[in-house]
Amino acid sequence: MAVSTTWVFAEAADGKVASITLELLTKARELGGTVEAFYGGADADAVAETLGKYGATKVYAADPGDALPGAPVAAAMAAQIEGGNRPDLILFGQTYDGRDVAGRLSVKLDRPALTNGIDISANGKVEVRNAIFGGNTLVQTAFDGEPPFLALFRPKSFPAEESGGAAPEVVKVDVPDTGTAGQSKVLDRHVEEHTGPKLDEAAVVVSGGRGLGSAEKYEMIEQLAKLLKGAPGASRAIVDAGWVPYAYQVGQTGKVVKPNVYIAAGISGATQHLVGMKGAKNIIAINKDKDAPIFSVADLGVVGDVHKVVPKLIEALQARG
Amino acid sequence: MNVVVCAKQIPDPAAPGELDPNTKTLKREGKLILDDSDAYGVEMGLQLADKAGGGEVTLISMAPNSEVSGLRTALAMGAAKAILVSDPALQGSDSLATAKVLAAAIKRAEADLVLTATESTDGYTGVLPAQLAEILGWPSITFAKHVEVADGTAKVQRQTEEGYDEVVAPLPAVVSVTAGVVEPRYPSFKGIMAAKNKPVDEVKVADLGLSEDDVGWKGARQEIVEVAPAEERKAGEIVEDEGEAHERIVQFLEQLKVL
Repeated sequence: MAVSTTWVFAEAADGKVASITLELLTKARELGGTVEAFYGGADADAVAETLGKYGATKVYAADPGDALPGAPVAAAMAAQIEGGNRPDLILFGQTYDGRDVAGRLSVKLDRPALTNGIDISANGKVEVRNAIFGGNTLVQTAFDGEPPFLALFRPKSFPAEESGGAAPEVVKVDVPDTGTAGQSKVLDRHVEEHTGPKLDEAAVVVSGGRGLGSAEKYEMIEQLAKLLKGAPGASRAIVDAGWVPYAYQVGQTGKVVKPNVYIAAGISGATQHLVGMKGAKNIIAINKDKDAPIFSVADLGVVGDVHKVVPKLIEALQARG
Repeated sequence: MNVVVCAKQIPDPAAPGELDPNTKTLKREGKLILDDSDAYGVEMGLQLADKAGGGEVTLISMAPNSEVSGLRTALAMGAAKAILVSDPALQGSDSLATAKVLAAAIKRAEADLVLTATESTDGYTGVLPAQLAEILGWPSITFAKHVEVADGTAKVQRQTEEGYDEVVAPLPAVVSVTAGVVEPRYPSFKGIMAAKNKPVDEVKVADLGLSEDDVGWKGARQEIVEVAPAEERKAGEIVEDEGEAHERIVQFLEQLKVL
């Protein structure tokens, strides 16, 4: 089917539109038809211009106030759809809020949501592709039944390119009463002090895993990342062990990173991890087990003890100044 | 306080996964284990019930072939009982169908709080907690890294891109917990023995008042049209460290103009 209208669930923080939103708008343009954004936040006018630059011709804006966006934004979307504003396709990022809104909307519309997409096509049927088993197998799934079709995509699946579009029309829409479902309220926001680039935007990512031996040793990962002007990451094993917060996790259940250089230190390379970093341009792995699966994807594999190799590497980099 | 924990039983993630060539879904034959991601919810549920000074943890699971191995692990940790939905009609169910089934089962349990993982290790759609809450008509707080319950309210630190949000919701509510949020206890010998006699109530789709059209292949309204191998990344140079390997790394970083 030809897609006549696509909605992109738009996210922003502090007035800055999220990269995933720009990536989805870019892809939506490629599918043809009208591209519109559905934004769930207070400062719609501030983000509209950017959304327009990436191809949104109209921005629906629903302000959830201090509620978590899941229930109110899904309800606002459903109200538009029931009122006859019916897109064929709604694209979401596989993000914290994207999942909440998509999940709730799928129930309201009684439509499936295809998740973890890395590509989408609309030649004939609308089909979403995703990668399973650590990325070694690609699965293509087609929507059956009636649109709208809901699909969620992993960040960095598409490039973000401006279309040179004009400032879009902003249509403020009401949030219907969601009863108790909408009563999750945000009391306070804590922004953790963060120096250096963000994990999913850094040109260099240095990740540590179980091979580090203990939580204290993670410090050398942070130190190495800093020396390379990169961001520190982690395997699921050490997040599960409570050594570092969930936000550091690279992998299937964490962040997808595609840096220029990815350094995996003491990470065996479980499929769970590989799916999050295999897209890196260059991979360096340090692990004492020469049979570790991480070496099958590494451009440079060092079979050795992270406790010896990493401190020496740090020293060598410090010596360069 | 009664806590329901959604506990998925999955094939051992350490073993290579395989798709059934006919159905193109994950093979779930043989013994299933408790998804590690759900062990955090079980532990959190036990701690919250304990702090509340009463109540118990009920497990809800959907699995083929009346599988209980994973549930026994969670029961051995201290959960009181389980409701297992096992029915051939469920094969091919997507996350929405799964949410419908779990929500119907939860309604039998009189829960004050439902805990889930942020996503399962095998299917990892990540939308189920929100779907569950929407079907139940409850508030939800996803990606919890700290949970407290007092005076009928859940107070949660919710992970965000920049840090975390303090979020509150009235009970009953659905909360999804991130890994590492608590340290799951190891079942004691006594716990393992006791788990063998804890009640597991097995039900079918029809017992839950659902139609077979809502679940399984029919309910999924999607079709896997192609499964293909991805382009493989090739292994590169391997260096054994004899004290100098860091120099090769520096050299490589220079080649890449990172240094």
